[in-house]
Amino acid sequence: MNQTISNEGQRDIPGMFAGLAATTKRDLLLAWKRPGDVLNPLFFFAMVCTLFPLAVGPSAEQLEFSGPGVLWVAALLATLLSLNALFISDFEDGSLDQFLVSPQPLPMLVLGKTLAHWLTSGLPLVFVSPILAITYRMPLSVVGVMMLTLALGTISLSLLGSIGAALTVGLHRGTALLSLLILPLAMPIMILGANAVSLAATNDIYSTGIWALGAYAIASLSLAPYATAAALRISNE
Amino acid sequence: MWKWFHQLASPPHFYRISLILAPWLGISGLILVAYGTWQGLFVVPMDYQQGDAFRIIYVHVPSAYLSMMAYMIMATSGAIGLIWRIKLSHAVAAAAAPIGAGFTFLALCTGSIWGRPMWGTWWEWGDPRMMSELILLFLYFGYMALRSSIDDTTKADKASAVLALVGIVNVVIVHFSVEWWSSLHQGQTVFKKGTMDADMRIPLFIMLIGFTLLFGSMLLRRIRTEVLYRERRTRWVREMILSPGGGA
Repeated sequence: MNQTISNEGQRDIPGMFAGLAATTKRDLLLAWKRPGDVLNPLFFFAMVCTLFPLAVGPSAEQLEFSGPGVLWVAALLATLLSLNALFISDFEDGSLDQFLVSPQPLPMLVLGKTLAHWLTSGLPLVFVSPILAITYRMPLSVVGVMMLTLALGTISLSLLGSIGAALTVGLHRGTALLSLLILPLAMPIMILGANAVSLAATNDIYSTGIWALGAYAIASLSLAPYATAAALRISNE
Repeated sequence: MWKWFHQLASPPHFYRISLILAPWLGISGLILVAYGTWQGLFVVPMDYQQGDAFRIIYVHVPSAYLSMMAYMIMATSGAIGLIWRIKLSHAVAAAAAPIGAGFTFLALCTGSIWGRPMWGTWWEWGDPRMMSELILLFLYFGYMALRSSIDDTTKADKASAVLALVGIVNVVIVHFSVEWWSSLHQGQTVFKKGTMDADMRIPLFIMLIGFTLLFGSMLLRRIRTEVLYRERRTRWVREMILSPGGGA
């Protein structure tokens, strides 16, 4: 496609990595201006983690046993909560149309947005999780494993979720629908993450889960942006 | 040589063919299922380990197989519709989803009924196949929910095709992750099944073929309704309905 454009026009178009960087920077700036969007899912995460001991009981063994699972379920739900807003404001103010008509490859722009989403939702979760993990009496060696699984897992969750967000953008019943679409697909990530942490807690070999999560993250990094781009084009026809 | 194949993609042509085909598939399927049921319930000897309870496999195995088959049909015809823009294949995908969800539900129910005497519980969270099947049911629900919440049919077709394709990549991962997970949690209640005896196997094959034929008949009927709805503004539908006999 680029060959057909004259040299004159080609010089005006920045490379695709510049496009990716610009999109990421823009979304990070937007998040900085609206800190509530970043903080609310974190508070939600902390509250879900508080609900479980209240519902199940505060006994030490129970907390130790259920800690990894509870933290992972809470992280999954918190990520889901923040995914809803991924394309909504761009859809409403028309930026999304600009993405679609821009000469930049759409998957790269989508990747930039998803990267910014991970930096403002997944990464903060990774850094907040140790505080909650310690209240669940998780030993420090296990906390490191949990942070690693959360870091790898939330990358995949952001990417997978961006497909769902793109499919449901502009629909009235978006919120519940997005959860319905994404939760079954996200189950493997949670299974792998929570079980790797549980295995680490019982001094078993947990590397299988870490490798699998890494593989999942790489696969979704390379495939999900294309699906998201296709979904955005369909949603905005 | 490929003319008949290309003609199949044309809605009126497909409609006429399915009118002829659906009853034949339905009747032959019913006969096979009736024969297989009689064989399975009364003729096949009792299993020396599981007693009479094993007889439920004659319903359970075909429905589990069709639950996955329907998903494959749904995803591949969605992909065909996306790539070659064949409208009919989107109708196939739309028609296959509820049938697939039905068979998934049936497979879960029969599995649960079999699990009660065998495992002593209606539901076993640790069994990987039950979990994969349950997640498959959720995938069907998500697919149908997405379809029904987009008003524009063309858009709904394409969006749900993307979802089905993402889902099919994931189904494999779901399967392996659940298997890994259950192998960690507890020793699965395994029944060392030797090779099945021919007396038991042949009725199962008959049931499999019968169920598939019935599924084909159901699918054709549902596609026909889809096609009629989607083509309701076209001339051939109007002419057919106004013609004597009404095209039914």
